[in-house]
Amino acid sequence: MSTSAIGRLGIGRLGIGRLGIGRLGGLFSRKQGAAIAAAEAAALRSDRFRLEREGDWRRLEHIVSRIEAGRIGALSDEDLVALPALYRMMVSSLSVARETTLDAATLGYLEGLAQRAWFVVHGPELGFRGWFLRFFGGGWSAAVRAMGPDILIALTVMIAGTVIGWLLVAGNPDWFYTLMPPQAGDTRLPGASRAVLHATLFGKTAQTGLSVFAAQLFSNNAGVSILCFALGFVFGVPPILLLVHNTGQLGALLWLYHGQGLTLDLIGWLSVHGTTELFAILLAGGAGIHIGRAMAFPGTRAILDAAAQAGRRAATVMTGVVLMLVVAALLEGFARQLIDATVPRLALGLAMLGWWLTYFFAYRGLVGKR
Amino acid sequence: MARWPWQKRKLGEPRGLPANRRRREILTAEGLRLPLTIASRGTRAAALMIDLVALIMGMTMTTMVLSWIARGVGIDDPHANATVKAVYETLVVIWIITMFLARNVWFLWFELGPRGATPGKRITGIRIAARPGRDGAATRLSAEAVIARNLLRDVELFMPVIFIAGALRAGSDTTLAGWASLVWFAIFALFPFFNRDALRCGDIIAGTWVVEAPRGRLDSALSLGDGAQGISTVTGAHYRFGDADLAIYGEYELQVLERVLRDDRPEVMAEVAATICGKIGWTNGTGDERAFLEAYYTQLRARLETGMRFGKRKADKFDGNASEN
Repeated sequence: MSTSAIGRLGIGRLGIGRLGIGRLGGLFSRKQGAAIAAAEAAALRSDRFRLEREGDWRRLEHIVSRIEAGRIGALSDEDLVALPALYRMMVSSLSVARETTLDAATLGYLEGLAQRAWFVVHGPELGFRGWFLRFFGGGWSAAVRAMGPDILIALTVMIAGTVIGWLLVAGNPDWFYTLMPPQAGDTRLPGASRAVLHATLFGKTAQTGLSVFAAQLFSNNAGVSILCFALGFVFGVPPILLLVHNTGQLGALLWLYHGQGLTLDLIGWLSVHGTTELFAILLAGGAGIHIGRAMAFPGTRAILDAAAQAGRRAATVMTGVVLMLVVAALLEGFARQLIDATVPRLALGLAMLGWWLTYFFAYRGLVGKR
Repeated sequence: MARWPWQKRKLGEPRGLPANRRRREILTAEGLRLPLTIASRGTRAAALMIDLVALIMGMTMTTMVLSWIARGVGIDDPHANATVKAVYETLVVIWIITMFLARNVWFLWFELGPRGATPGKRITGIRIAARPGRDGAATRLSAEAVIARNLLRDVELFMPVIFIAGALRAGSDTTLAGWASLVWFAIFALFPFFNRDALRCGDIIAGTWVVEAPRGRLDSALSLGDGAQGISTVTGAHYRFGDADLAIYGEYELQVLERVLRDDRPEVMAEVAATICGKIGWTNGTGDERAFLEAYYTQLRARLETGMRFGKRKADKFDGNASEN
């Protein structure tokens, strides 16, 4: 191409520019006239392309910035309606620009804008309300059902842990001190009399500070269950160990109270909150094992995909676990102290168990109907 | 050769070359390839530090305000009545719940927002995003993913501290327990160093990654100035380059030239102008380099873009065949 040809480029190709890719950008442009005047003065075809559309890009950028800042209310209806069209136009601008322009500023800007707009247009799906409804309307129970085998494993481990705890302590009472490191003021020790043990279960209705107790219980239990879930990452082994350790303590306690004929009273005392709390721990352990199993045996999926899929499901379950622990802490902090007899305690505990079982396994919710 | 952060960039060395290793591409539903840059580990550490400082300050403030209220209602009074005790109890409950929520909800709340970033991430210019599937198809960030990635933060961040503190308090076997837990949790903390995408455990579980949030600024086009018309405003000279003069360079050189013009450093421009003149056999006076370079840039771009439209691309000056094929 000769020198003069380059000189002519500016004027000679103008006609094609008008017909070619067209004036899609002009549809929404307010300063159409000015932009086109500038475009016609530009020497390069790619610059004319840019000048004609710049107004729309900037408008899209403005809308995206507003949404990013969480001020969606500050946008006019006009802008919100225009957003999808502006987004698609910008996407096509980027595709065209990649094939026709070497202006790094335009390409960089468009790629950045495309990314931001994509995150806004395809952002976190539902918002809190939508998520909340879906979670309680079947999402939670569906996630629980989806990890059935893992929950069965966790249940087996928990029962085994209890039995092991019992057998260990029955064989040699010294194990009791290993399983439950003695704490100051704790009278629940091997050799304690029936009266002492009975006093730990009943007669605390007058106690104050129940709400503080409940809050502490919740904070601790939630921490432990999150740990149980998070360590599932290491192929599910740590959750199993944690479950065995915790239920081993349960077995040791059962043995201790059994020795004084207080088994049923202890179960009643535990069941008020225990059916909820142990269920929550069961689910947390199941969630941990679910992730560990998905990573150890991903099947035909890539290991990262398997882990991510299992992780998201487990996260749903874990949100529920934290909520269950709130309920458990309220039951443990208030109901257990206020109800001072075994039979009502057992009734409450079984009612809670029945409720959770129904909710998780019988309730199909909105997800099931679809 | 790699350049350390404190070393000066060499002349004409492309900016952000090390970032190329962190470039990834996702494919959106519209069929658009979107380039993303994985956030560097250092940036993420800085973001975390900012968040932690804000978090600790918030926790301290809450504690101070609550204890101030507690003193205000007269908890120090030994003859406090039942109402005062009830108020105190409520304050303790609020405190326990706040501490729990602060640790767990800070990250969740902000990352679920439209920016997908905590304040620390916003300041350092990064955000979280869903990792694409194996085929590169972009997926949207779900609430579950954000929850999952933040539940693991306890193990990665708070557990090492708790374990070491616990070992220190126990006293006797500080060294053994401390070291054991340090090694165990160092594996979690250092996890991002063992994979290409700098994923931490939480990212793996959630199917997310952390990417740089683009800054939106549209620089003016260099080909629209006076110099771009080939006419110098300083000397009034007309710069017209022949086809052979322009054929020596490709797209890479064009981009280097664009960066040089944007940086606008006279000594660099003089050096580049001298190099180009040497190549095309021109002898120019000094003092008018900017106009010369703008004219060369515009005409080179015009030539290369014309080639592009006909499917002929010239990647750089060594790419000799492109113009013939």
